[in-house]
Amino acid sequence: MSADTPVDAVELTSTSGASAFSPDNPAPVIEPPRARTKRTPRATRTNFELYGWLFMRLSGIVLVVLVLGHLLIQLVLDGGVSKIGFAFVAGRWANPFWQLWDLTMLWLAMLHGANGLRTVINDYAERDATRSWLKALLYTATAFTVLLGTLVIFTFDPNIQ
Amino acid sequence: MSTATVDNNHSAALDAAESTDAHLITVTLRVRRYNPEVSDQASWVDYKLEMDPKERVLDALHKIKWEIDGTLTFRRSCAHGICGSDAMRINGRNRLACKTLLKDINPEKPITVEPIKGLAVLKDLVVDMEPFFQAYRDVMPFLITKGNEPTRERLQSSEDRERFDDTTKCILCAACTSSCPVFWNDGQYFGPAAIVNAHRFIFDSRDEAAEQRLEILNDRDGVWRCRTTFNCTDACPRGIEVTKAIQEVKRALITRRF
Ligand code: HEM
Ligand code: SF4
Ligand code: FES
Repeated sequence: MSADTPVDAVELTSTSGASAFSPDNPAPVIEPPRARTKRTPRATRTNFELYGWLFMRLSGIVLVVLVLGHLLIQLVLDGGVSKIGFAFVAGRWANPFWQLWDLTMLWLAMLHGANGLRTVINDYAERDATRSWLKALLYTATAFTVLLGTLVIFTFDPNIQ
Repeated sequence: MSTATVDNNHSAALDAAESTDAHLITVTLRVRRYNPEVSDQASWVDYKLEMDPKERVLDALHKIKWEIDGTLTFRRSCAHGICGSDAMRINGRNRLACKTLLKDINPEKPITVEPIKGLAVLKDLVVDMEPFFQAYRDVMPFLITKGNEPTRERLQSSEDRERFDDTTKCILCAACTSSCPVFWNDGQYFGPAAIVNAHRFIFDSRDEAAEQRLEILNDRDGVWRCRTTFNCTDACPRGIEVTKAIQEVKRALITRRF
């Protein structure tokens, strides 16, 4: 390599003004969001994450049938959305098969979606407090929707005024 | 040059060609620099270099450090892809600077060089590897056995050795772990490298602590956080099938529990 190669270094961004930093007073290092320490992660010794992972895949397989079937019946066959009305729903829920279909779909989709969002919250919430609040909100909304949906499927009254 | 053999003529011609620098090209290395003793900001700095395209990014960094700016800080030791010191983000991908030829990464455009992500930057391209090695230590990457020490070596069939051959190749460069978006998120995930090194012992027929290691990786920040992104497999300079190793640990956990 020849020593007289023309080289020029171009400073793209200059660093922050009058330097308050020195070898004795260095700037804080650039930290990633949260650092792993000797004490983290806490051991829980349960199979919760294993079951959660399996549930996502198993419920996913069942949801392919339930959700695609649901969309087909509701939106495509027999005139599409225009047919949907009180009478259409009442007619379907008169049959225990469709009651069971909708019940399974409700529970699986809600638990699947909630567990998926739990993962997302775990990943992206940076402060512990934010994380707890988001999860509390998620679990409340999930429980409310699942319970209300279940109640409606079982207590639906086609003759309601 | 006096002995006029064909060989000598050829090498003289080659010498002449090389001394004219005709094979050199101008490359721009755009390096992410950070010096906490000067500023709390990191910044991009461009260096224009005359390089042989067959040289490596590490050679370009050396040229900067030795001939232009001696304050440029990076790790390297072996310079031949064995020690795992010089993993860095080159043109947005984690690679070893010593295994990346300039001609393979389009030297016509500026080549960006940054520290690997998800670990605290100490200076320029040097990051704090401690969290990475903590996760490595946590999976107990050493042989654990019960009973008395044998008086001779522990024998193993070649099939049994083959079972974990791929994961023995790891050089702990952290290219995989620092390419994983789950690790970037909160740094609590054990990360692909720790799982690769757990795999190396879990599937070793001589080792007797597979159950303990599986238990560790079964926890909240273990293998179940893996989302099969395959970034780790793409990043590994040793060509280890990292994602496959993680999946094999998941499968071992599931078949043990059911
Ligand atoms: C139609 C069939 C479906 C299949 C086959 C399926 C499959 C999956 C699988 C395998 C995962 C885990 C991904 C991973 O761990 O990397 C997942 C995640 C997720 N699913 Fe589903 N799912 C389906 C329907 C649904 C529905 C109806 C919802 C909403 C209620 C939903 C919401 C989610 C969410 C929020 C996640 C987490 C995303 C993430 O981890 O980044 N999925 N799905
Ligand atoms: S698995 Fe590959 S990328 Fe990961 S630390 Fe080992 S050698 Fe580096
Ligand atoms: S310097 Fe040793 S792996 Fe690159």
